[in-house]
Amino acid sequence: MQTVLSIAVDALAYGMVLFVISIGLSVTMGLMRVVNLAHGAFAMIGGYIASYAARDLGVGYGVAVLIAVFGTILIAIPIERLLYRRIYGAPELTQVLMTIGITFCIIGIANFVFGPTLKTIPLPPELQGSINLGFRAVATHRLFAILCGLVVAGALWYLIEKTAFGVKLRASVDNAAMAAALGVRTQIVYAVSFAIAIGLAAFGGVVGAELLPVEPYYALRYMVTFLVVVSIGGAGSIPGALLACLLLGGIDTTGRYLMPEFGEFFFYLAVIAIVCVFPRGLAGRAK
Amino acid sequence: MRRIIMAALAAVSLGGMAHADTIKVGVIGPFSGPFALQGKNFKAGIDAYMAMHGDTVGDDKVEIIYRDVPAPDPAQSKALAQELIIKEGVQYLTGFYFTPDAMAVTPLLTQGNVPMVIMNAATSAIVTKSPFVVRTSFTLWQTSTPIAQVARDKGVDKVMSVVSDYGPGVDAENAFKAAFTAAGGTVVEAIRMPLSTNDFSPIMQRIRDSGAQAVFAFLPSGPTTLGFVKAYNQNGLKEAGIQFFAPGDLTQESDLPALGDTALGILTTFHYSVAHDSPENKAFVEAASRAIGNPAELSFPAVGAFDGMHVIYKMIEATDGEQDAQKAVDAVKGLAWESPRGPVEIDPESRHITENIYLREVAKSDDGTYYNKEIQTFEKQGDPGLAAAN
Repeated sequence: MQTVLSIAVDALAYGMVLFVISIGLSVTMGLMRVVNLAHGAFAMIGGYIASYAARDLGVGYGVAVLIAVFGTILIAIPIERLLYRRIYGAPELTQVLMTIGITFCIIGIANFVFGPTLKTIPLPPELQGSINLGFRAVATHRLFAILCGLVVAGALWYLIEKTAFGVKLRASVDNAAMAAALGVRTQIVYAVSFAIAIGLAAFGGVVGAELLPVEPYYALRYMVTFLVVVSIGGAGSIPGALLACLLLGGIDTTGRYLMPEFGEFFFYLAVIAIVCVFPRGLAGRAK
Repeated sequence: MRRIIMAALAAVSLGGMAHADTIKVGVIGPFSGPFALQGKNFKAGIDAYMAMHGDTVGDDKVEIIYRDVPAPDPAQSKALAQELIIKEGVQYLTGFYFTPDAMAVTPLLTQGNVPMVIMNAATSAIVTKSPFVVRTSFTLWQTSTPIAQVARDKGVDKVMSVVSDYGPGVDAENAFKAAFTAAGGTVVEAIRMPLSTNDFSPIMQRIRDSGAQAVFAFLPSGPTTLGFVKAYNQNGLKEAGIQFFAPGDLTQESDLPALGDTALGILTTFHYSVAHDSPENKAFVEAASRAIGNPAELSFPAVGAFDGMHVIYKMIEATDGEQDAQKAVDAVKGLAWESPRGPVEIDPESRHITENIYLREVAKSDDGTYYNKEIQTFEKQGDPGLAAAN
């Protein structure tokens, strides 16, 4: 029983970290219809900025997170204006080529500026160490990551489903020309949602750094996992992404506990099974 | 007819180059991509050696030609080696971070009349693939065997082995198992994790449930190591008194700043610590730090490269700059010298390096940096892996 509970805790924590990092990608892919392979690169930039702010500038963790999120958005704005704006609505292959190119550029720059070694983001004393749950110890920052995941999920759902901006965003996505004709300034809507997606990537990069350490190849190393989460959840669906993360986190963690030799066999087996039954993802909408 | 004349001309010109003024050495390693740090260390070791001993041997000038294989890729490694031998006319091949890259090149050595000096690739069997292979690094068997004795000395009876599921990981597991069982201990469970694992909490739970008193672990250095060591701490294994033993790859110097306090007290065995206390090492670290730029990036591949260059210089000296692989390799069999890592010798039988293996503990120095503090020496360790394979 103890073992089951402790696997459940691990699965929840791992799933939530995946969720925080992947949800931004779900927004770009599902709502903006851009296959953004540079998503991991933006998460990495967030991690680097937070690491630099906390270690070299000596600011607190909370401030470092804010600097990372807004710093990454600042970096992303010119990239959006100059590069991404050309590929909205372009064929997927064009988008893939463009964004993978951006990823390689960012990897090269990160390697040059920060060097190839691992960078850590020092945690505040409150998040260090572990909390005893009675049956086992759990790292405090994992509980923090779970909390962050829940907050992000709630806030994003509210923004998209309940606010005027969310209505405009959904309208622009479904029919840009019609939305524009009705007075929605689609370019601004796109720019803002791109900024939100990038900010979420950076936030995830920082919060998840304990699990997925920041180094130049971060941008590519974890991209497959992020893409799997989005395609299983159904691009653009927040409850779908949440469900996918918890499900995949659970399967991966259990498999790793029971049969580590099998590696990610169960993870990908589950992915294949889910994609067979739900080709558009768990909560994907038919086109 | 024309071809014969060309060949004759080539032969004559080759013969005329007996006292060639430039001897080319081809280095194959990862100089870009995810493992660029290791390639950088190769270069730092080579540069340090040439800065300390000059770039000439006798009247011959030594020229280094670098070729980049960013990730393990035997086909590319072989193609580049071929290019180096035929087009560039190198007399020595060296470098080789990954085992498959080195394995792929061994069939070319006899025909190319080129000795190969391996600066890293750590699988025991490579030296058996060609009589022209000499290695100045280490093998996993060599570094993982002594830690078993250390564990026994600490009163540990039951150990769980956790390694990454690839060649070196399997080597480390086998070496530890053999040595630990021979010393009277039991390996209660041995698991192999896929290389792509990034959440180690379930593994830690498994170690706890196995009832082992200690864990033996091997993972390639880099992000996975960080995650593993952190998980070990955060899941309360350290507090539960489960000890941590590993070969030194886990506490590679370039990872230590990131590992920080979480790594304190971890016991590893390895052939080289940047903090090794000897005048040779001081001189080496100074020269290599200058070559690499950032001293925090310096780690073990640099010393393999440094000693590799020493072997190549001796080979050039022995052959007087002529291309003769057999003579060159014979000349360094039994060669002994004082390396930055301590006294070493090329074993005449296996052509692998015999060296001291040190037990180290991660410690914090007064200026707040972390280092591998050597606390015990296992002298003159050969490679037990070759014996095990036979």
